[in-house]
Amino acid sequence: MSELSHRAPTDWKTDAMQKRIRKRYRAERRFRAIGMAAVVISASFLFFLLATMIGNGAAGFMRTEVSLPIDFKSAPLEIDRAQLATRGADLALAGAGLEDRVKTAATAAFGAKGEDLIAGNAWTAVRDAIKEDPNLLSQSAHIWVPASSELDAAADGGGEPEFRALVQQLRERGALQSGFNAAFLSRADSTDPTSVGIWGALKGSILTMLVTLLIAFPIGVLSAVYLEEYAPKNRWTDLIEVSINNLAAVPSIIFGLLGLAVFLGTLGLPRSAPLVGGLTLALMIMPVIVIAGRNAIKAVPPSIRDAALGIGASRIQVVFHHVIPLALPGILTGTIIGMARALGETAPLLLIGMRAFIVTPPGGVFDPATVLPVQIFLWSDEVSRGFIEKTSAAIIVLLAFLLAMNALAIYLRNKFETRW
Amino acid sequence: MTAVMTQSDIAEAADTVAAQAVTKMSARGVNVFYGEKQAIRDVSIDVDMDHVTAFIGPSGCGKSTFLRTLNRMNDTVASARVEGEITLDGENIYDKSMDVVQLRARVGMVFQKPNPFPKSIYENVAYGPRIHGLARAKGDMDQIVERSLKRAGLWDEVKDRLQDSGTALSGGQQQRLCIARAIAVDPEVILMDEPCSALDPIATAKIEELIHELRGRYAIVIVTHNMQQAARVSQRTAFFHLGTLVEYGETDQIFTAPRQERTKDYITGRYG
Repeated sequence: MSELSHRAPTDWKTDAMQKRIRKRYRAERRFRAIGMAAVVISASFLFFLLATMIGNGAAGFMRTEVSLPIDFKSAPLEIDRAQLATRGADLALAGAGLEDRVKTAATAAFGAKGEDLIAGNAWTAVRDAIKEDPNLLSQSAHIWVPASSELDAAADGGGEPEFRALVQQLRERGALQSGFNAAFLSRADSTDPTSVGIWGALKGSILTMLVTLLIAFPIGVLSAVYLEEYAPKNRWTDLIEVSINNLAAVPSIIFGLLGLAVFLGTLGLPRSAPLVGGLTLALMIMPVIVIAGRNAIKAVPPSIRDAALGIGASRIQVVFHHVIPLALPGILTGTIIGMARALGETAPLLLIGMRAFIVTPPGGVFDPATVLPVQIFLWSDEVSRGFIEKTSAAIIVLLAFLLAMNALAIYLRNKFETRW
Repeated sequence: MTAVMTQSDIAEAADTVAAQAVTKMSARGVNVFYGEKQAIRDVSIDVDMDHVTAFIGPSGCGKSTFLRTLNRMNDTVASARVEGEITLDGENIYDKSMDVVQLRARVGMVFQKPNPFPKSIYENVAYGPRIHGLARAKGDMDQIVERSLKRAGLWDEVKDRLQDSGTALSGGQQQRLCIARAIAVDPEVILMDEPCSALDPIATAKIEELIHELRGRYAIVIVTHNMQQAARVSQRTAFFHLGTLVEYGETDQIFTAPRQERTKDYITGRYG
């Protein structure tokens, strides 16, 4: 006491004091500058990524069409008109040699290399036009058919000089048009880049995610609730906790091997099916949901539990009426992190056979399918020029799906967020 | 005067106090352990219907722990163990046949920190009656909510905003809402664990007034740090020290003529 009272009053104006204050302000400014630099760097990376993807991928959503003059009047197709109204129409038209006729028409219209200007499946566009209007078979008409990938690339300003010159000619004749490629969003994989679609992979991803969510969410949340609210705290629950934490860090390809062994090997589920993909990914993200769920449940104030118990709520009523609703925003955040990880996952799905070449969109969870990231991986491996822009377009679809999923999660989180 | 009451003295004192009124809850030889540590040693006490009983004592003396054994809130603490007998209307509440959910509806509790649910005021009060199925029709529930809020002296302040969040009220209002919530399930006993320690003096005065009004309708046990508060609201006072019940008697007698040296030292501010 006496020593303190004898001390001289602190002089806050000395040089040393002033220097200390200046140093403190400098440290503050420095920290703020570093923080801003970090934000700018990460934002510019993101911007670069999006700009490149959209720049490359936009062309993937467009297609080029060539107006093909075809004359059925002077050289009629030998076909029974009555068949056109039946289900055998496709077969009948193919059998009548429509494909060759289209190729001949292209050569006649555009010269010796005419066949290279139209897509390999161009004749199917003619076939569909005839089915729609059988009168074409007795007319000489111009039909819009998809351009070959070389011509498509040239129309976008790339490709070989030879084709760029052709594009110029066709444009002058008004025989070339570009438009939104609706078929890209409704078809599945193909060997020809002009006729590939993303719907097969997108639907595969949607089905896989649904299976993942339906399995991982309830099991993850219930595990979290049990471990947090019911389980006794002993060596066994400690062991389980450590195991779950480790499981969350296991490389995804290991889960692929597990899925291969258990779901395909032991249980004999169909290969390449969204069901198996979903189950495998559910195993992968379950630990993430459990950990996030437990943290969210821990964050619910004990006073709320006391309040409910104090008026005679049973344990299960406390959990379902109070704890889970209050923890739900946190649980949803964890779930969406897990789902985003599952959506972008490729490695484990390769192992369970979801990298197959599949030309029809899956009808259900048991049908063979592929998913968006695997489709991107497959297309990026193709040598054909046309697949480059399709790869970027697929990436855009994947990112859009991801954003839609995140937006839904944020909406749900805000909806359930409790104002204190 | 002996420094420490013998066990028979306490039982005798408890009996004399109890003889004057209807005993609602009674404890005999209660020990509470947290793991190896003994928090409560051999406490015997009677709580009657017509009086407010206050538990006083220095921090960590076990008064809150003992309060929480009266509605088995200690069950939620994994390491807690209770020995001895506690009865409610002569029924042992630690008996296997006693349903703990029903017990807590009959022995309600108000906590130290106001803890309304993050729901509307109406829902806060209606929650208890709803889970116990006390209201048959929607109108019944409205009546229960109104009656409970009126008894808790909160009705006039909130009747126009029953759908507002309970957490938007002031601290004192929140605590009265918690009392209304406890009253809504029609308990027989209300345990209050330092209900005013987080409130300002005006809010405290309102709660004390409320305790006066509720007296007689419910058996009330209040734990408090504040000796003046014990003197103001209670008719019976029990002084706890180091996990033992040192003295229990009429509040006037405890404060004016304590029989025990330790009680006297505490009341005169020698320690605490």
